[in-house]
Amino acid sequence: MVVAILIWLITIFTSYHFLMRTWWFPDSASAHGHLLDSQFETTLIVTGVIFILVQIALGYLVWKYRQKPSSGKAIYTHGNHRLEIASIVVTTIVFYLMVLPGQSIWADLYINAPAQDSIQIEVTGQQFAWNMRYPGPDGKFGRTLPELIDDSSGNPLGLDFEDPAAEDDLVLPIMALPVERPIELLLRSKDVTHSFFVRELRIKQDTVPGLTIPLRFTPTQTGTFEIVCAELCGLGHHRMRSFLEVMSDADYRAWLEEMAE
Amino acid sequence: MAEAEHSHAAHAAPTSFIWKYIFSKDHKIIGIQYYLLALFAVFVGMALSVLIRINLVWSGTSIGLLEALFPEGAPGGVMTPEFYLAMLTMHGTIMVFMVLTTAPQGGFGNYFLPIQIGADDMAFPTLNMLSFWLTFVSLVVLLAAFFVSGGAPTSGWTAYPPLSALGEIAGPGLGIGQDLWIVSIAIFCIASLLGALNFITTVLDLRVKGMTLMRMPLPVWAWFVTAILGLLAFGVLLAAGILLLLDRVAGTSFFIPGGLVVSDQIINHKGGSPLLWQHLFWFFGHPEVYIAILPGMGVTSQILAVFSRKPIFGYKAMVYSMFGIGTLGFLVWGHHMFMSGMSPYSAIVFSLLTTAIAVPSAIKTFNWLGTLWGGRISLEPAMQFAIRFVSLFVSGGLGGLFLNQPSTDIYLHDTYFVVGHFHLIMGVAAIFGIFAGTYYWFSKMFGRHMNKKLGTLHFWLTFVGVNSIFMPMHFLGLVGHPRRYAELSGVNFLAQTAPLHFFITIAAFITVAAQFIFLFNFLWALFKGPKAERNPWSATTLEWEIPSPPPHDNFGGKELTVHHGPYEYSVPGEEADFVMQTARPLQKTDTGTEN
Repeated sequence: MVVAILIWLITIFTSYHFLMRTWWFPDSASAHGHLLDSQFETTLIVTGVIFILVQIALGYLVWKYRQKPSSGKAIYTHGNHRLEIASIVVTTIVFYLMVLPGQSIWADLYINAPAQDSIQIEVTGQQFAWNMRYPGPDGKFGRTLPELIDDSSGNPLGLDFEDPAAEDDLVLPIMALPVERPIELLLRSKDVTHSFFVRELRIKQDTVPGLTIPLRFTPTQTGTFEIVCAELCGLGHHRMRSFLEVMSDADYRAWLEEMAE
Repeated sequence: MAEAEHSHAAHAAPTSFIWKYIFSKDHKIIGIQYYLLALFAVFVGMALSVLIRINLVWSGTSIGLLEALFPEGAPGGVMTPEFYLAMLTMHGTIMVFMVLTTAPQGGFGNYFLPIQIGADDMAFPTLNMLSFWLTFVSLVVLLAAFFVSGGAPTSGWTAYPPLSALGEIAGPGLGIGQDLWIVSIAIFCIASLLGALNFITTVLDLRVKGMTLMRMPLPVWAWFVTAILGLLAFGVLLAAGILLLLDRVAGTSFFIPGGLVVSDQIINHKGGSPLLWQHLFWFFGHPEVYIAILPGMGVTSQILAVFSRKPIFGYKAMVYSMFGIGTLGFLVWGHHMFMSGMSPYSAIVFSLLTTAIAVPSAIKTFNWLGTLWGGRISLEPAMQFAIRFVSLFVSGGLGGLFLNQPSTDIYLHDTYFVVGHFHLIMGVAAIFGIFAGTYYWFSKMFGRHMNKKLGTLHFWLTFVGVNSIFMPMHFLGLVGHPRRYAELSGVNFLAQTAPLHFFITIAAFITVAAQFIFLFNFLWALFKGPKAERNPWSATTLEWEIPSPPPHDNFGGKELTVHHGPYEYSVPGEEADFVMQTARPLQKTDTGTEN
């Protein structure tokens, strides 16, 4: 009896907080964000209904068939093929119908080619900081050499200034982006695996040493967002934080010029 | 082949204490040894989780005991971030390997698999002894990591390289501590491989006359499938561990790419891939989830049938779904890696394959409900835990449907949503299976009964407690709270999570306290519990034929013949509401296990 009531109470409590959105995502600030959110909500509705139905059924069965002095013998049955097959068919259809549409959102983000006019910014993770590199007016990232890396002298990426393309490269601990412009981040790491996570933009991608991983999105809202690290990278993992400001195109140009000085 | 030659594995009962209880070849003693090892390990793992919870809510608190134990990791009794990560790494490793892998399989499996199929012992008793003692050595080596210079490893239980491969330069605990961790896991893998071979051979070779495969109790099926998973998975982890150790000590570069610079120092490795480790690790790691939980499914099925006084609903479907879950379990490891930088095409394939696991999982849930339906349910503590296992399996499983879609996983990956999810399904559900098994089989193992009232109290507190801990973690994930953060003050948006963290910590305290009720009940019953009869639950399987506890050779040389499936409860026309598996064939009803 108490088991049944407890199962129900926990079901109600959990469902309440999901419905009330007591703790929830921040508003989406990127073009693909609402697609992820609606896929999440579809999943929440489907799994939520199943969650509530099964937990209620479980509680009900335990309550209904608990042993009483008046209980007769239990029903003798070894199962039912038809019900079994029905449950397989229904589960398969419901879950695949739910999961399939989400795959095209993923494909659009990660597989389909980047827009021609996307702005490229290189992001390099290191213990425990983010380095953002803008290519400068020439639009080219200059050569980097590991042996030139020196955090203390302000060359965390090992830019080789013998390469003319490196001269105007801008390396910063923070990031600014123009709103409504397609962005392509090139994610790298100097040392161990990190993960670049910005909640409002609905982006997360591991930065893996040895790989350059592209991450494409379009910011649609201005504002200042926190960049955090989502992959354990050592004792300072929790403070590997930076800021990202999405601003108007004009502000962005002004910001770039200001930073270049 | 299928039927046992009876005295195949029999050996004379040893008389000296050392050979009887320490280096025992008796599967029952070995089962108890595994269980006690897990019991010790779970309290260590739980203590670590208490430290984790304290640090998250009262960061900077001084704990006197910590200073005495770990002057390096907690100077002045205050936990450093690296100490926090060491606690977290060891908590995960101890719980996954030393508790969830040992108790359900090494513990109950060793004890009851041979008895439930009518065998005198496992197929290879000496190998069995070796499995346990290797596991023991593995635990000692792992715990030793706490006390070496630099402390325990800080790279998480998943030990992703390059962090885990570069040594002390990448952080504290990544020197000797990490080496010990790898050695411990390698030894554990060998022990598990030997154990798996033994389980598989025993099931195939030592079944008593009439114990056809389709008359085996579902726990036996679960241990059998788990052993197959172990045989295929642990070998891969062993290989990965050896490669990682070579990268660390022999200058190889399996997992370390070229051009790395750590703290301004160039690393002299080239050509390796960090993703290779992730593929190998998760090729083991995902089946490991099922290694932990399949025995719980078997035990739950058994207990639901016994305490509903009903045949299990859809026996064959239950068997096939276990194989389905086991097979699919090897095809889905990539869902841990959607954000890892692997090909985005494979993410879609892994996602669709993972969704397929929902089907056998739904069959199991459906059949468990079907078993309860129309039953005569008595709520013994074992039954309460088994019912709650179903509930947790559903909650945890449904959470998985957010993580198996790459699109929704983008936001949730490596957040507390994942932590809540895998603790519910892998940790707590499996632990509930262990508790259910303990309350069910204790009387057989030790000849005495545990106290029912204390068992029920333990159940209530644990049940409310674990939900209060792990459900809110899903909400932390929705806020975007990343995992494995030693402190929360560095990130602005985490400020809103303080009340949830506080709530979780209090719930954790209560849940941990409740486990001492269990420990007390266990120890009390061991010495003072009321004597148990042969078959207190009126159950049908072979372990209930023999005295509690069973003699050294289990059946005392008696020739058994099995005539029935394991779930003949409430058979129409029978006076008793259960028919033992060895009862003579019935006149009216055919009781081969029909589906």
